Amino acid sequence: MTATEPAPTTSRALDEIKIGGMGASRRRVEDNRFIRGRGHYVDDVVLPGMLHMEILRSPVAHARIVSIDTTRAWNMPGVRLVLTGEMMATRNLAWMPTLSYDTQAVLATDKVRFQGQEVACVIADDPYIAKDACEAIEVEYEQLPVIVNPTQAMAPDAPIIRDDKEGQADNVIFDWEVGDKEGTDRAFAEADHVSTIRMHYPRSHPSPLECCGSVADFDRATGKLTIYMTTQAPHIVRAAVALIAELPEHMIRIVSPDLGGGFGNKVPVYPGYVMTILASILLERPVKWIEDRSGNLISTGFGRDVYLEGELALRRDGKILAVRMHTDSDHGAFFGDAQPSKFKIGLLHSTFSCYDIPTAHLTARGVYTNKAPGGVAYRCSFRVTEAMFFQERMMQAAADELGIDQAEFRRMNFVRDDDFPHRTPFGFLTDSGQYAKCLQVGLDAIDYEGFRREQAEAAKQGRLLGIGISCMTEPLGAGNSREYDILGIKMFDSAELRVHMTGKAILRTGAKTQGQGHETTWAQIVAHELGLPADDVVVEEGDTDTAPFGMGTYASRSTPVAGAAVAMVARKIRAKARKLAAHLLEVSEEDVEWELGRFYVRSAPDRGVTIQECAMAAYSNMPDGLEPGLEANAYYDPPNLTWPFGCYIVTVEVDPMTGVWDVLRVVAVDDCGVRINPMIVEGQIMGGLTEAYAMSSMQFITFDADGNCIGSNFMDYLLPTAWETPGYELHEVVTPCPHHPIGAKGIGECATVGGPAAFVNAVMDALKQYGVRNVDMPLLPDRVHEAITQRHDVSGAPPIRTDA
Amino acid sequence: MTSLFEEVPAAAAEGVPVRRITVRVNGTPRTADVEPRLLLAHLLRQGFKLTGTHTGCDTTNCGACTVLVDGLPVKSCTMLAVQADGHEVTTVEGLAGPSELHPLQEGFKDEHGLQCGFCTPGMMLAAKALLAENPDPTEDEVRFALSGNLCRCTGYQNIVKSVLWAAKQMNGASADEGSAE
Ligand code: FES
Ligand code: FES
Repeated sequence: MTATEPAPTTSRALDEIKIGGMGASRRRVEDNRFIRGRGHYVDDVVLPGMLHMEILRSPVAHARIVSIDTTRAWNMPGVRLVLTGEMMATRNLAWMPTLSYDTQAVLATDKVRFQGQEVACVIADDPYIAKDACEAIEVEYEQLPVIVNPTQAMAPDAPIIRDDKEGQADNVIFDWEVGDKEGTDRAFAEADHVSTIRMHYPRSHPSPLECCGSVADFDRATGKLTIYMTTQAPHIVRAAVALIAELPEHMIRIVSPDLGGGFGNKVPVYPGYVMTILASILLERPVKWIEDRSGNLISTGFGRDVYLEGELALRRDGKILAVRMHTDSDHGAFFGDAQPSKFKIGLLHSTFSCYDIPTAHLTARGVYTNKAPGGVAYRCSFRVTEAMFFQERMMQAAADELGIDQAEFRRMNFVRDDDFPHRTPFGFLTDSGQYAKCLQVGLDAIDYEGFRREQAEAAKQGRLLGIGISCMTEPLGAGNSREYDILGIKMFDSAELRVHMTGKAILRTGAKTQGQGHETTWAQIVAHELGLPADDVVVEEGDTDTAPFGMGTYASRSTPVAGAAVAMVARKIRAKARKLAAHLLEVSEEDVEWELGRFYVRSAPDRGVTIQECAMAAYSNMPDGLEPGLEANAYYDPPNLTWPFGCYIVTVEVDPMTGVWDVLRVVAVDDCGVRINPMIVEGQIMGGLTEAYAMSSMQFITFDADGNCIGSNFMDYLLPTAWETPGYELHEVVTPCPHHPIGAKGIGECATVGGPAAFVNAVMDALKQYGVRNVDMPLLPDRVHEAITQRHDVSGAPPIRTDA
Repeated sequence: MTSLFEEVPAAAAEGVPVRRITVRVNGTPRTADVEPRLLLAHLLRQGFKLTGTHTGCDTTNCGACTVLVDGLPVKSCTMLAVQADGHEVTTVEGLAGPSELHPLQEGFKDEHGLQCGFCTPGMMLAAKALLAENPDPTEDEVRFALSGNLCRCTGYQNIVKSVLWAAKQMNGASADEGSAE
């Protein structure tokens, strides 16, 4: 044995991977029920005496309601209740607050403001009867002029959509600015070159496979209201219901059972939920509402719909001197999403965080239009997807204009590894990253140089190949509570851990899984911190009666915030167990050392006790003065956001005759810090990439000039199937987050956020010779064909009626 | 008749026609009195309390409600319950044997072929029909066979792997049986 070799250890620490700790690709425990068809989703909830609700929606986008005649519906056998806005108004429930400090009609009273808006509802013995009765309701509408985009909304003579709001003299929701205007103007004046681009990020719908729904059950005897509902944030909804229904929180129980996906769609509070609550209170029976797909597609949770003008001030050698951006976002008739109140357009100003930009200025306006409430953070944290898309599209356009290789242009402008912590031009503090390395891993994987040669060869035969790069860093894990809140509720998260006598445990958190695998990964964090086998830890979420108060799961905040709380609560348990160990080992606490799963005496490593023995002692043999039991809870307020980084590279071939483009390869390099369960992380990335591909190629909801939603079913709203979805090649870089207890960052959304620009950039790269700077997503073959044949940019903005 | 959506049996409303049907579900004959317009998906979910069959669109697009009727994959939101009269229906609850999982169920778990699990029953049943017809499919054949089933979570890659895993398993098992004979 040489001196440099480590001394042989007497360690009896457990093998972390074997017990399902950090880094184990542990098979998911939730799968055991899902593969047997034993998941328990909201539509599976059946309560004795339960009634069924259906909603009547407006067929037109903007109209005055002249009259509603419900007589025929009331007279149908099996109908128990027909509600209209007028009846809701008598109980002060016609309007409700949204999660963005706006108001939203529960049932329309005076006017309908978007197609699909809720006008009446029927509660009946079964859903078939309720649906029949909805059809029997007669509504007379007097149509009004329709506004479908910001240009129309801001026209001086535009009708005011929200005339219900006192003091609302136009259609503007907010007009916001951030950054340094003067400094930016100066930099632009001094620039060698200014690169300008205009784009529209189209309206898209998250479309989790399960629609929304709720079962409200008001029990007159106890005064307790239980609501089973599809929500990603049960505690926030409880707070909202307490405010709307004027019931105290402890009399409200929200249960969010298994969810069939969320992607931001299940964050807002929808009128349907509220109506089931009122109906259940009125009828004193459980009332179930399960949204149908067309209702889901036309009325809930739209994301994006942002118009952008962006400019880069550039030095000849490629250095970016400043960024200037203006966005107009279309939020529909009600500002209904959830977002931190301090940032009017979410975290859009996180744009360019991975580049070293001296100064920047952003102005942002949000407007009302005659569309369903939009602006939901669809698989991203608060408008970050738009931010990164615009960033990477602007980067590519600028590189092309300067004649600098797109990879090189990015590399020279990256924040360098030794520049952290780095203050972005909009004031965020990023803490770590290896941006250049991440890009290089991607370039090597796809053989960038090789592809460029292949592309040149192909061009000689008239074939169009393209390669697109997208690099991004994304702020994940809102809070900290100083800056982030929803409705004034500060953003932090929570975990509660109870270790039973034999060392088995139950963990509850304020987050809510929708398929991300919390039941598996949270137990792995406990295994990592305590050495309890992950199989011995059961995880429960989503019931406000049992789960600690938390902000729920969206914006990839589970691992950065709730995951941190899990680590912290486990550490509290370990601290108490150490006292028990000292007692059992009959030494002072300072002499006790910890290794995974076991405490031992420092001077005599053979003398030790397992964490399970400590757990037993907590209930059977505790030292004098120590409180019995081994349980704790932790509320974690993150010191900062986490900043995962990604680089996505896509190659495509475009058919110049048809505009059809095929994906050749997709390489993804993700740095999400320490990976708790690599298998689950990769699953998240692949799911995210598919959304990115969907957005760039087919998935969007548009409206005609009359405000009719084109895409109210999966025939018109195209989602990719297994057939067209490309395959993915995944790579990783690991830069642990310096302030997260286990070094993890978020991952669920990175690929959706960063991916779309890679696909679009690839197609634009292929079209370079045609002088085209932008084709708006989705890159439908007809748009690409138009760009090729007409040699101009193609806009995707909805049409404006000109014949009126 | 028993309203499928009510705990309490209710008499059929006047003028509502009702038909008695018998369907073999997962090997067991089940009888029900149903309105002719009742969807098979609802008969399975509410009538027979087999909630593993999910509905995600009610318009034949998402595939979450896929079951096997006489061994062929059918979207049960687009079939009337009365059309199933006298036929054999297999739902996800009928996939596993009494003690062990079907190789497809093992495959989905092993290859991480699901996230929220909502599409999973339909996916597995569509895959079962494929493997019955084509025990050794290529990746493309799997992708094509599953193209009537949407998944919003996984990006399909792992679903495809899960099916190929199961195919291999099932072929291995039958090859073993073959050699034992
Ligand atoms: S519910 Fe039947 S295909 Fe979607
Ligand atoms: S696993 Fe969620 S839809 Fe497929």
